[in-house]
Amino acid sequence: MPKVLGYKFRLSFLTIVFFLFSLYTLLGGTCRQIYAQDYGDALVTGSISDARTLIPILASDSASADICGMIYNGLVKYDKDINIVPDLAQSWEIQNDGLVIVFHLRKGVTWHDGYPFTAKDVEFTYLKLIDPNVKTPYSGDFERIQSLEVIDDYTLKVTYKEPFAPALASWGMSIMPRHLLEKEDLNNTEFARHPIGTGPYKFKSWKTQEKIELESNHNYFEKRPFIDRYIYRVIPDESTIFLELQTQGIDSAGLTPLQFIRQTDNAFFKKNYRKFRLPSFSYVYLGYNLNNPKFQDKRVRQALNYAVNKDEIIKIILLGLGAVATGPFVPQSWAYNQDVRPAAYDPELAMSLLKESGWSDSDGDGWLDKNGVRFEFTIITNQGNEERIKVAQIIQRQLSSIGIKVKIKVVEWSVFITEFINNRNFETVLLGWALPREPDNYDIWHSSKTKEGEFNFISYKNQEVDRLLEEARRTFSQIQRQACYHKIHKIIYDEQPYMFLYVPDSLSVLHSRFQGVQPAPIGIGYNFIDWWVPKAMQKYKKSRTDR
Amino acid sequence: MLNYILRRLLGIIPLLLGITIISFAVIHLAPGKPVTLEQSLNPKVSPEVRMKLERLYGLDKPLYAQYTNWLLKIIRFDFGRSFSDNRPVMEKILERVPLTLTINLASLFFMLILAIPIGVKSGAKPGGIFDKIATILVFIGFATPAFWLALLLMNLVGIKLGWLPISGIKSLDFDYFSFFGKIIDLVKHLILPVFVSSIGGLAGISRYMRFSVIDALGQPYIITARAKGLPEKIILYKHALRNAILPIVTILGLSLPGLLGGSVIFESIFALPGIGRLFYEAVMMRDYPLIMAEVVLGAVLTMLGNLIADISYAYVDPRIRYRKES
Repeated sequence: MPKVLGYKFRLSFLTIVFFLFSLYTLLGGTCRQIYAQDYGDALVTGSISDARTLIPILASDSASADICGMIYNGLVKYDKDINIVPDLAQSWEIQNDGLVIVFHLRKGVTWHDGYPFTAKDVEFTYLKLIDPNVKTPYSGDFERIQSLEVIDDYTLKVTYKEPFAPALASWGMSIMPRHLLEKEDLNNTEFARHPIGTGPYKFKSWKTQEKIELESNHNYFEKRPFIDRYIYRVIPDESTIFLELQTQGIDSAGLTPLQFIRQTDNAFFKKNYRKFRLPSFSYVYLGYNLNNPKFQDKRVRQALNYAVNKDEIIKIILLGLGAVATGPFVPQSWAYNQDVRPAAYDPELAMSLLKESGWSDSDGDGWLDKNGVRFEFTIITNQGNEERIKVAQIIQRQLSSIGIKVKIKVVEWSVFITEFINNRNFETVLLGWALPREPDNYDIWHSSKTKEGEFNFISYKNQEVDRLLEEARRTFSQIQRQACYHKIHKIIYDEQPYMFLYVPDSLSVLHSRFQGVQPAPIGIGYNFIDWWVPKAMQKYKKSRTDR
Repeated sequence: MLNYILRRLLGIIPLLLGITIISFAVIHLAPGKPVTLEQSLNPKVSPEVRMKLERLYGLDKPLYAQYTNWLLKIIRFDFGRSFSDNRPVMEKILERVPLTLTINLASLFFMLILAIPIGVKSGAKPGGIFDKIATILVFIGFATPAFWLALLLMNLVGIKLGWLPISGIKSLDFDYFSFFGKIIDLVKHLILPVFVSSIGGLAGISRYMRFSVIDALGQPYIITARAKGLPEKIILYKHALRNAILPIVTILGLSLPGLLGGSVIFESIFALPGIGRLFYEAVMMRDYPLIMAEVVLGAVLTMLGNLIADISYAYVDPRIRYRKES
């Protein structure tokens, strides 16, 4: 019963949000008629960490990727509804059953230094990606290419060794300028801190651990962005970021659930900021080491799933700002199977399933046992993530109520990976996956990916899933791929190799002077070049850089 | 004297070598690998790619070979490149030095001009009303966690009163300010961090000072001075203080390595790009070249600090100087 109530409440809450939102866009629409879309102003965003390098094929941290995303373009990109759409390529054809992709590039695009962009730049980027002496972590997808031919300045033919559907999305990789980098050693070049791209923003300055400043590219091929400057301020402490919001020193930042629900629930924030709540592309799970005899019986894993109340976890940890995860895909993805419903919290059912598989409290000490061995296991998780430690504690309490003893071990990240995950030295692991928009998750679930250092570290093996993963990679038809992923989703949830816990919402605030912001499944930043601030409300006027 | 300094300087070399061998071994034997190589569990990064990266970073060689490589470079003052962004390690450290040094020197300065008078006053009348109040206050300062005080002050002075900026070292429009505007802006940004970092150190120095003043006031030459009928002020500030200041000189020498150190929490809260965070992040990421450079830097500074303390001690205390030279 409480579950039904919760569901209804969420529904009505969503309707209200939707209503408010449509009201807002309506008002926004009328505002637009009153003000013209003005150029100028700056957006200052606060980030915990600094970028490391602005060479996109070397950038592996999110800060570097954020900035690279403003400076460079790929051949393709995702639109607001997470479909692949043209970026530097204006169209493409897939030939020979997916073995060949021919890209037709956009004409008239120039680098920030005025030099024209051509197919040679794409070829150069590809050659650097597969160069064994370049410290790029992204070579994997590009090593599947058999040959890349430059047909003319604006046409490219890419031939793959075998059909590989995620290949198209992999061309979202930022393209680098050949004329500037041809003679440079990518591993040690000044370019890493003075990049030149084709994107909507040009690099202006970088003060390490202080700020990175970008300015709008008036010659951007789509159009000149309205916001003149983008400033990325590094503030390594979350509480300071929040204090800076209160002084309006920064315009946007991510929020914790507590900040979102309670600390921003006041007149100041309502007047000066807009809050955004969108499902994230990530989920948190408890993974079982399937080589451990305790977890080899499917009924045991299902029982554990029934015995853990995810709604309670979401209520406590996320203050309700999240949804129960039901499998290896997230709800906004086209790969997500709506028909897979989360199992209800049912400790009775859990007990009977455990009994079926031989676990019962035969010695009356309050803990389940089988053949004289008590049912106990350890959850390991990484240090520095309070949220996960608390989730582990809730699971510990919930499982103790059905007689399973859980211990918790928290390990520093680097040690966690090398000594526990890579060596398969764990019973269960509490972790999260941040998912790319492209749903292919072969590396996580295919039975061939269980070797040391690979990502199927729970050693999941299922022939049907293997076959479906392979099939989904070979076809470019989204309908066929979707059918495969829907089946995979269903099988994996039924088999419970992970206990799928939750998909957290991604929470953020943005100063209310910014107009034209339209939240969509992909997030809010996708149409940043359309954002604008009415002249009268512009804050950073001194900085006009029109010349 | 020169001879003595030279001998001490030469003595640093074997010590430094020992320190680097032990640190190199400890850092590499500690569990975990450079995190950039692990790419934070990113399925896009295959094990083959990670092997390639290890080879490019030279981590596939045996430990002794890695150490000799490192040592041969150090002799030429080449500290290598950071694993995280491939920039020269020295460049990364040097760009953090001015800020760290400014804040540490400024707070040391404030600490001294506040703590010495407090110590002298307390020591002049131990157990008096001033001594009692000062003791309570400096210990409150000592016991207050810097991050907590910092957040409270940021909230009060930065948000409620709106007097000072709360984080960073420059305003966003700094480049457009006039020369004086720039200086005022910097000072405004530095007030809170310098204040917070001085508060904690007051207790130590003022206690030392108090103790040494009490000690000096009990010496026979003070009795002589009193017997001569000198005013108490002159006894305290001329006769006692000169001798009482000696231990402080030692403390200053020993604080030299600290001048280039920094607190992670403190720097994070004020969003200051200081050395403390650089080192902390290097350790968390197992950025070996950067960690080693910081270790060498710390060791050299500590040893130099000791040396300078000894030398200046000799300088201010003629007794030591004459004994050594004879």
